[in-house]
Amino acid sequence: MEKKTRTFWIVVFKLLLVEGLESTRSYDYTKYHSMDEIYRWMEDVERGNPELVSSAIYGHTYEERNITLLKLGLQNPESREKKVIWMDCGIHAREWIAPAFCQWFVKEIVNSYKTNKKLEQILQNVDIYVTPVINVDGYIFTWANDSTRLWRKSRSTPPPGSGCYGVDLNRNFNANWGTVGVSFDSCSNTYCGKSAGSEPEAKAVMDFVGKLVNRTLCFLTIHSAGQLILLPYGHPEISAPNYNELVSVGKAAAAEMKKLHGMNYTVGTSPQILYANSGSSRDWARLIGIPFSYTFELRDKGEFSHLLPEEQIKPACEEAFAGALSIITYVHDKTYGTLPNAAVTTMTTTISGVAMTIWSTVMVVSLTIGVLM
Amino acid sequence: MMSVRIIVVLAVLTGVTGSPNVMIKPEADMSAHPNSVPETVEETEIFGQQNVPVLVGEEAEEDVMATGELNPNHYPAQRAAKVVQHYLNTRYGSPYRLFGLQRVNSGNAEDVADSGRKYQLEVTVQEIIGNTTEKCSAEVLFPRGERQGSAQVQASSWEELLKNDTEAQEEALYQEYKMNQSLVTAQNLPDSYGHIEPDMKPLWHLGFVASSFVMLNESTENTLYNMAQVANVTQLPTENDQLKFDYHILLHEMVSQEIIHWKLLFTWSPPEGVKVLQMEQLPHCHHCEKPPNTN
Repeated sequence: MEKKTRTFWIVVFKLLLVEGLESTRSYDYTKYHSMDEIYRWMEDVERGNPELVSSAIYGHTYEERNITLLKLGLQNPESREKKVIWMDCGIHAREWIAPAFCQWFVKEIVNSYKTNKKLEQILQNVDIYVTPVINVDGYIFTWANDSTRLWRKSRSTPPPGSGCYGVDLNRNFNANWGTVGVSFDSCSNTYCGKSAGSEPEAKAVMDFVGKLVNRTLCFLTIHSAGQLILLPYGHPEISAPNYNELVSVGKAAAAEMKKLHGMNYTVGTSPQILYANSGSSRDWARLIGIPFSYTFELRDKGEFSHLLPEEQIKPACEEAFAGALSIITYVHDKTYGTLPNAAVTTMTTTISGVAMTIWSTVMVVSLTIGVLM
Repeated sequence: MMSVRIIVVLAVLTGVTGSPNVMIKPEADMSAHPNSVPETVEETEIFGQQNVPVLVGEEAEEDVMATGELNPNHYPAQRAAKVVQHYLNTRYGSPYRLFGLQRVNSGNAEDVADSGRKYQLEVTVQEIIGNTTEKCSAEVLFPRGERQGSAQVQASSWEELLKNDTEAQEEALYQEYKMNQSLVTAQNLPDSYGHIEPDMKPLWHLGFVASSFVMLNESTENTLYNMAQVANVTQLPTENDQLKFDYHILLHEMVSQEIIHWKLLFTWSPPEGVKVLQMEQLPHCHHCEKPPNTN
């Protein structure tokens, strides 16, 4: 009796596992999915890959829906503390290619980590937190009917005296809030809310990432459209201290992206290549000390804008994956000292440079002492 | 001996921390704390002329005046070049010929006394349907001050863009729509999934061309327009051998991120091209934004 029960449960468990794996394999990543489908997909991915994927609900939207992330990571043999990489999609409801990319990203990692040694190493050192849709209410609203497809903001109720819903979540973060590139008119598509972090969606990100900031290497926030890689800051008069490195890492990512389908992605700060803005999640991340923070604006450059055809999901996601992975690999290798040859030479030069400095300092000091004596 | 040891230790410390190649994790950028935006920042315009002194970066400086040689990837040249795209579509666009801005190769801007600001641009333009590209020179004048009105554009070396022969297709489409028993109507081109039925594509292209008249008219140095969607197409009875259409289009203005609704009444035939009879901006319908399931 006991053995039969045990066998039964083993079979059930295996069936669930297989079903989980198969449902991720049969999930069509080249189509846009409703929020219900995305919630179900997250459960399936977690259930099908328990050694890699776990989920967390880290906040609730204005309409009280779950804001859920998937955490991708592997146990490292020494149980060392893991660093963090953050990726979010769908802050703006109509930018459907962004949540599509977050799902694609997870799928790629799930499908390749067992056979890609570098990826396995990264996942042992780093946890990648992926939020497929932050602005769940807004995203659901864009699916309601044909007239709602181009909604951008959240779905908070109108403030007193106004008839207009929603806040531009990417103007609501606590980063030079309310200074440039915003409107205080609640009917505007860049309405920044009544105060920094007033919106539950933005607050959820700030609270959660805020606790992890000391371990966080990189913050990527995915949008469309325009084919841009934006670095901090959105304010035209503030420059990140590591601006040069942000540019070179961004340009390396853009070069990787172009290799796939020939698409150009322009790299720069928002005030340079797009427009000034404040209160963005990217700026907030850099301000609290996360060294690498980028906004990806995916395809296209105006032919379809936010209504990107489904047949472009695959190429758009392939190039975005290459770009994201380029940055992730860089920040990982920078921390874990596994830089390629050029950097090894730098290290050697550094060591000999340091030695020379020490030697010359000692020489100067002893000569001085010698003279004094 | 003790003192020598101390000296060596100090020297080592100096050597280690003084080396510029040692990777130190950057600390939180305290100088850019949310509350430390310099008080000298006035309520100036966000883009275009900036009177506020730039604190950091040569990159920012070249945009302050947006005059002289421009960085082709930065927004001033990009916005001006987009206007060239709209212009080309109004002049040469058709259901089988559409232009997109592919890249800006170089740009120059100067103030023209009493007139406005003039941009000189070298751009690469793509003919979207035939997928060909061509380099093109253009001048865009944004009027200022006394002279109002829309941007003035001149373009040269664009003839190569017309090399794809579209005559036969245009004639076939024209005849088909002229002879139709019932007048064509269509909605949502593209639909929410970015999809357009193949036989609806020429109507979408026509919308692109017609909306370019609006976008050309409305463009300034502070805007970047694209057509987001054709919400509705209604064919009207043919007049004087011109096909006639009533379109409801949605434009996306990038800087404000707004979706702006326009109604367009226009005619088209292969010899005459698109001629806009009426254009009217529709008001933003705020009460339409209530949740769909509530009254």
